[in-house]
Amino acid sequence: MNINATLLGQILVFAALVWFTMKFIWPQVIKAIDQRNKEIADGLEAAARGRSELDAAQDRVEALVGQARGQASRIIDQANGRAARIVEEAREEGERERQRLVGLAHSEIERETSRARDELREQVALLAIAGAEKILQREIDRSAHGEMLERFTSRI
Amino acid sequence: MAAESGAGGSAGYIEHHLTNLQVGEGFWTFHVDSLFYSVLLGVLFAGSFYFAARRATAGVPGRWQSFVEMMVDFVNTQVKDAYHGPSKLLAPLALTIFCWVFLMNFMDLVPVDLLPRIGELMGIKYMKVVPSTDLNITFGLSVAVFLLIIVFSIRAKGLGGFGKEIFLKPFGKWLLPFNVTLKVVEELAKPMSLALRLFGNLYAGELIFILIALFTLGNTLTSLVTSAAAFSFLVQFALGLAWALFHILVITLQAFIFMMLTIVYLSMASEEH
Repeated sequence: MNINATLLGQILVFAALVWFTMKFIWPQVIKAIDQRNKEIADGLEAAARGRSELDAAQDRVEALVGQARGQASRIIDQANGRAARIVEEAREEGERERQRLVGLAHSEIERETSRARDELREQVALLAIAGAEKILQREIDRSAHGEMLERFTSRI
Repeated sequence: MAAESGAGGSAGYIEHHLTNLQVGEGFWTFHVDSLFYSVLLGVLFAGSFYFAARRATAGVPGRWQSFVEMMVDFVNTQVKDAYHGPSKLLAPLALTIFCWVFLMNFMDLVPVDLLPRIGELMGIKYMKVVPSTDLNITFGLSVAVFLLIIVFSIRAKGLGGFGKEIFLKPFGKWLLPFNVTLKVVEELAKPMSLALRLFGNLYAGELIFILIALFTLGNTLTSLVTSAAAFSFLVQFALGLAWALFHILVITLQAFIFMMLTIVYLSMASEEH
């Protein structure tokens, strides 16, 4: 168990191994690890960014939906208002039309009435003349008594 | 199991297990088995990790790449916690130490007689399969770390700063010999403790595996029919299992301690006291 040249050999082997590790093993593995770490970090960051973007988009969507809903209800209100106005207008129009028609009918009736009255008056005058003729038996001269007959018929 | 019928009974068996396969004379002796397994495990580590590193992608990693990344990340965390200077070397160094020392320690969990027996069948007489039970191996690691401590010190404080730290601290210039002695002891304690801690733990663990294997020493398969031999076989199995389970913790812990202390020593070296 004495110290001998084996020690020197071992030192040389050791040096060679360390050199090899330093040259061909360590940098490659560390590089791979660091690169993967970076990729994972990037991935996590991208995921976080995506999530926040999604949140923002969702907010935007909600705002848009709310806006659209408000607009829709406003439009509906407007439409309702207009419909009510149209109905109201139609009713007023109808009322006016009715009143016009009623007025028309009234004046027609009046006209008919006066016409009928005129006719009746004439008929009555004729009847009266006929009656008077019968009564007086030719004594009445139509032209001589015309004025009196006229007065008579106009009083009917 | 331990069907080794080497000469000299248990003492011979143990000694055989603690002898390295050696080449050379005097200082220029090489422990071929230690070096062989150490290089083999080093290549296993470097190759398998290189396999993952070469095709490492930032996309979804495969299982092996995940494991390698886990190790790299684990070591990286430890280094970043303890060391604040700029260094491209320290983290790969720590990774290499942790994985390599762990693999060398792991050889302790391979049945003590399996690989030596195979070696024996191939004509190799001695074989110690756990490199970290060889002082040369553990000192090889810690001496390299020690040299790096000096390099880091000089790089961080400059030659003058490092010299000042050796000669003038902590007692000022009038007690210069004390300063030097203190510093030398302090610095030498680092590689010594690193190497001896690892070696001691693993050597003791290995020795206990060998002692447990002694229970069935000399038994052959046919002699297992006797109740005494069967009993000793059961004892060996139970003790071996218990010690191996406990040892899983030890080998991992020792690898971690070696790595951690290396990081701490080097970060101390690059900071002012």
